Amino acid sequence: MAEVNVQSVPLKQTDEQIISPWREAWRTLRKNKLALVGMGIIVFFVLVAILAPLLAPYPYDVGDLKMKNQPPSEEHWFGTDYNGRDVLSRVIYGARISLWVGTFAVIGSVVVGTILGLLSGYYGRWVDTLISRIFDIMLAFPSILLAIAIVAILGPSLQNALLAIAVINIPTFGRLVRSRVLSLKEEEFVMAARAIGMKDSRILLQHILPNSMAPIIVTGTLGIATAIIEAAALGFLGLGAQAPEPEWGKMLSDSRQYIQKAPWTVIFPGLSIMLTVLGFNLIGDGLRDALDPRMKN
Amino acid sequence: MSQPVLHIENLQTHFFTDRGQIPAVDGVSIKVHKGEVVGIVGESGCGKSVTSLSIMKLVPNPPGKIVGGTIRFKGEDLVTASEKRMREIRGNEIAMIFQEPMTSLNPVFTIGDQIGEAVRIHTKASKKESRQRAIEMLKKVGIPRAEAIVDEYPHQLSGGMRQRVMIAMAMACNPELLIADEPTTALDVTIQAQILDLMRQLNRDADTAVLLITHDLGVVAQMCHRVVVMYAGKVIEEGDVRTILKEPKHPYTIGLLNSLPKLEESQERLYSIPGNVPIPGSLTTGCRFAPRCEQAVDRCRQEMPELVAVGENHRSRCWLSV
Repeated sequence: MAEVNVQSVPLKQTDEQIISPWREAWRTLRKNKLALVGMGIIVFFVLVAILAPLLAPYPYDVGDLKMKNQPPSEEHWFGTDYNGRDVLSRVIYGARISLWVGTFAVIGSVVVGTILGLLSGYYGRWVDTLISRIFDIMLAFPSILLAIAIVAILGPSLQNALLAIAVINIPTFGRLVRSRVLSLKEEEFVMAARAIGMKDSRILLQHILPNSMAPIIVTGTLGIATAIIEAAALGFLGLGAQAPEPEWGKMLSDSRQYIQKAPWTVIFPGLSIMLTVLGFNLIGDGLRDALDPRMKN
Repeated sequence: MSQPVLHIENLQTHFFTDRGQIPAVDGVSIKVHKGEVVGIVGESGCGKSVTSLSIMKLVPNPPGKIVGGTIRFKGEDLVTASEKRMREIRGNEIAMIFQEPMTSLNPVFTIGDQIGEAVRIHTKASKKESRQRAIEMLKKVGIPRAEAIVDEYPHQLSGGMRQRVMIAMAMACNPELLIADEPTTALDVTIQAQILDLMRQLNRDADTAVLLITHDLGVVAQMCHRVVVMYAGKVIEEGDVRTILKEPKHPYTIGLLNSLPKLEESQERLYSIPGNVPIPGSLTTGCRFAPRCEQAVDRCRQEMPELVAVGENHRSRCWLSV
C-alpha cells in the first residue's frame, strides 16, 4: 500500500508545472474580463500610435483653410478643425504623444522614486528624514500647480511637461517603496538573508526590491493614466505640447471656442483621452487584484 | 579540555529606549565545545533570543547594542570584529535557523536560488555548482524529490519542509556552529520530532556545535548535552542535561520542570510559577527571581547571589543552593 502511494506522488507532480508567483498573477489577470477590455483598449492605442503614418489619411499639421470646421464626412471621418486639418489624423498622431508622455513620465518617477524610497526606508535616520521631508514639501503643493511652476521655469514644451509630470509623481512612488521597505525589513527572510552573510546592497536589490514590484507595477499602471491626464491638462493650459503638435489636451483647448459650431473637434480628442485613461485604469485594477495575495482564492 | 568553539563571557546587550537603558542580556557567559549541543532555556523575554542575535551581531541597532563582554568564536572576538568580517562569518562559520519557517524564505525566489545563494556568497561556486549543492543539501535534510523541489517556490511547501529547507540553507557551507532559535516551536509535534532528529543527525555527522534556544524542556531532554537556564537577562543555572533535569538546584528551574505535564500521575491542574518575568529595566537589588520565588528569604531580596558551583559541572545562582 505504502509503496503505491510513494510512486503515485511524483507522477502527479510532474504533470503539474511549477508556478512562479508572476505566472500565477498572469493566470488570474487573464480571467479578469474588465482587465482584458483595458488591455484591448491599450493595445489598440499602442498599435495606432506605432502605425500612425500608415493609418493617418492626412498630415496632422497642414490643413486646407477652405475646409475648416467641416463635420464628419466620408473624406474626414472625424471632421476638420478650425485650420481645416483632419481631426482623425491629429487624434491618431496624438496617441503617440500621450502614450509617450504617460509611459516615460511614469518610468522616470518610478526609477527615481524607487531609488529614493529604498534608500530612505532601508537606511532610516537622517537619510530617511531628508528624503521624506522633501517628499512632504512636494506633496504640500497641489501637483498640477507644482507642474505649472516647473514648466514656467523651464519654458513650455512637451519635453518639459514630461519632466514636470515625472518630478511631481516621484513622492507617490518614493513613499510607496519606502513603506514597503519598512515592512519588508522586519520580515524574517531579510534577517535570514543577513544571517547567511549577505550585504545590505544585495539584500535591497535581491530581496526587498523584487518583493516591492507588485505594488510598484499596480501604482505605475494607474499612474500612466494620471500622467496622461496631467499632460493633457498642461497642454490645455498651453504649457505642454506646442502648435502644431497634435496633443489631445492642446487640441481641446484650441478648439474650445468652436465647441458649439464644431463639437467634433473636441469630442474626438476628449474621447481618446477618456478611453486611454480608462484602459490603463482597468489594467491597473486588474493587476491589483491579480498581484494582491489576499485576493487570491 | 580543548578550546571551545564559542566562548561568551560576561556579555551585556542593552536596549536604549525612551524609558531608559534596558539590560536585555546582563552578564551572560556560555561555552560551547565542538560537537556539543547546548540548550538555552527560559521563559519569553528572558534574553535568550537577544543572546543568540548578539553572537551573530544582528541585534537591531538602534535600539540594541552590545555594551560589554566578549564573544570568542574559535578565539576571535566577535564583539570587536568588523561588519565585513562578520559577513564572512555569518552563514559560513556560524549559521542560524529561525523560529518561523513560513516567513524565513523569500516568497519570490525558488528554494534552489535561496540555498544556492548562501553557497555563492561564501564560495566562488558557479550557478550550476551551487544548484548542485542545493540539491545535495536538500537530499541530506531528507526532502523527497530534491531535484524537483529545488525549482519550487516556498509557498508550495509545508511548514516542516520549509524548516528543512532552512536547515539545508544553514548547513550548506558546513558551519562550525549552528544557532537554532526555537526551530520547532512553530511546527506540529510529529514534525517537531523529525526536525529534532535531523538536527541531531547533522550534529553527529558533521560534528557541528549547536546552540539550541528553546522554552521546551522536552526538546532539551531530547537534544542537549548541556543546559543553560536564563532568567531576566542572567544565567541562573547551568549544567549537564541529566543533572539539570534530575537534580535542579535553582527554584526557577524546579518551577519550570514542575510546570511540565506528567504522564505517570494525573494532575488536576498544571503547576505554574506565580507572576511574570519582570519587565526588563525594572530591576531592583537582590535575586531577580525573588519576587516570584516561593522559598525567598530576606537575603534574597537584598543581595544578588553569584553563579557558584553546586556540583560537578553544575552551577546555580541561588542563596539556598550554596
